[in-house]
Amino acid sequence: MEALILTVLLTSVPLIFAASGELIAERSGVLNLGVEGMMLMGAVSAFAASSIFGSPYVGILAGAVAGALTAAVFAVFALGLATNQVATGLALTIFGAGLSGLVGAPFVGGTIDGLPTLAIPLLVDIPVFGNLLFNHDIMVYLSIGFIVIIAWFLTQTRAGLVLRAVGNSHDSAHALGYQVLLVRFYAVSFGGMMAGLGGAYLPLVLTPHWSEGMTAGRGWIALALVVFASWLPSRILIGALLFGGITIMQLAGQARGWTIPPQLLSMLPYIATIVVLVIIARNREFARANSPACLGQIFIQNK
Amino acid sequence: MNNKIVIAVLGAAILGAVYWMTTGEKASQVVEKSDGAVKVGFVYLTTPGDHGWTYAHELGRQQVEKHFGNKVKTSYVENVPEGPDAARIIRELAKKGNSIIFTTSFGYMDPTIKVAKEFPNVKFEHISGYKRAANVATGNIRYYEGRYVQGVVAGLTTKSNKIGYLASFPIPEVIQGINAFALGLRSVNPDANLSVIWVNSWYDPVKEADAAKVHIAEGADILAQHTDSPAMLQAAEKAGVLGFGQASDMKAFAPKAQLFSSVNNWGPHYINKISKMIDGTWTTGDGPDHWAGNDWVGMSDDYLVLTPFENMSADVAKAAAKVAADIKSGNNKIFTGPIKDNTGKIRVPAGKTLNDGELFSTLNYYVEGVKGKIPG
Repeated sequence: MEALILTVLLTSVPLIFAASGELIAERSGVLNLGVEGMMLMGAVSAFAASSIFGSPYVGILAGAVAGALTAAVFAVFALGLATNQVATGLALTIFGAGLSGLVGAPFVGGTIDGLPTLAIPLLVDIPVFGNLLFNHDIMVYLSIGFIVIIAWFLTQTRAGLVLRAVGNSHDSAHALGYQVLLVRFYAVSFGGMMAGLGGAYLPLVLTPHWSEGMTAGRGWIALALVVFASWLPSRILIGALLFGGITIMQLAGQARGWTIPPQLLSMLPYIATIVVLVIIARNREFARANSPACLGQIFIQNK
Repeated sequence: MNNKIVIAVLGAAILGAVYWMTTGEKASQVVEKSDGAVKVGFVYLTTPGDHGWTYAHELGRQQVEKHFGNKVKTSYVENVPEGPDAARIIRELAKKGNSIIFTTSFGYMDPTIKVAKEFPNVKFEHISGYKRAANVATGNIRYYEGRYVQGVVAGLTTKSNKIGYLASFPIPEVIQGINAFALGLRSVNPDANLSVIWVNSWYDPVKEADAAKVHIAEGADILAQHTDSPAMLQAAEKAGVLGFGQASDMKAFAPKAQLFSSVNNWGPHYINKISKMIDGTWTTGDGPDHWAGNDWVGMSDDYLVLTPFENMSADVAKAAAKVAADIKSGNNKIFTGPIKDNTGKIRVPAGKTLNDGELFSTLNYYVEGVKGKIPG
């Protein structure tokens, strides 16, 4: 059982990174549908850097930088040139998928040493929970740390307030003298960095090789998670674990010979997402409470 | 303002160009190789990379080039999605003057039949399907032969008596593989059981790794796969359990975990069919009962090759070699009765061996030793 819970936790990590990054971008009013593309760029860069420099920690860094740079491409178009965010985001996904394949071609078939686990002294010895919670690689701790920091940033800091203001009413924020596009650029780049980290987790930990399109749709799930979480960081954690849990549960169910069609079981995570979305949407106040009012709207700065 | 529009157009053009260079090209451009007389086309599911299903076909294509020299000119299209979209690519290859086109994944079956009607003078061969036409042959390898040997090795090696299997889609070829594995397993170890996880994909490394970890968490100490990525073997290597590689040698990914890989050796098959086409003796092999004359090749002609037996005891390796030799010589036909399904019902009476047609049409159950039920 413990091994299953560990698998759930690790499966959720890429989703936690990518979704919490996208959450920041969306709270600033930018809908970046290119998460899948940014994750792939993060994944390929992390793998390439690890195999060249021989250190998975360099891989983490490379994944973060590559994700942020890919997001910057999006920002140039969607913010700088005020292109349609949905179309640009979709283009970014296709762009990332293609470019990562091109960059990764020489690395297909290679393998790397994945990230080592770092047990936290003393805490790891706590019975039952110790091994489950305090015996992981650095990125697991990082992902939880980011959730805490993002929650704190959004609610407790002035910069977080500005970010939310930009996302809720860019005209008002602009009138007050805030640099709407600059704030959004930072938010989008941060989102890209986080997607890059999420992507990096795949080759660095989950399955230490590179193959084209290895994210297999996880970027889209991260996007759904942001809505699922109604734009609240803590709920991203719950959503990602729930999603990971259902994914692993359906695999375990098959291994135990449950006679439920696996096609149906494979649908479960998606059905769960839709059900939660419906429940959330029933309560409009609740759904709108944290939804950025200017999400996806173009802002053109008049000089 | 005008400047902005110019910049926008330029930017869009650059993005478009980069996109075209990276993905558009792959989807539509035919990769031309060398000059020669007879043109042969291949349709690939993924980029060949250096492991798995498409890689094995690519090795076959390279053998064709080597064998025929400049008499044959091959080309291939990679990353062709299964389903109706494939028809466009197959048609393009036919228009480019290829004399024979090999479509190398199950999902190209209907598109191949469809395009073949439009080009009656072009020959087609669909790999792993069951539909034929006047100019469409089918070809496949008896992968299940290698899986029977895997079952024997697993049965003799396992300590927990729990074997984990990753399956892709419930199509005949995959069901044959699961059942052959279980027959091999139970032939040496009546207490061992096989549990199957369907990942509903040929290639999803993360899901394959997850499924492998779940198998291990459930107590499996030997893993087998009918999916394409090395993720399962990597998970096995990390957890210290054993497993079998798929389609090509995957030892590089799991030097301590791989027992052996069943390698698909397409070269001789392609060379044979292209020679026949050049001689004018190419046929679809369609006989009176559809399966007579079927080009379904296996270990006997080295179309399916097993890599060296490793990470197992010398006794097990010896037993496995004997079973492999028996299959090769035809002494062991694998699907020979008595065969019981996993509810205990006799499905194949003693003395009867399933013929090729029956392997496709009647094998819709799990044999004894497999947990659960075939989905769908």
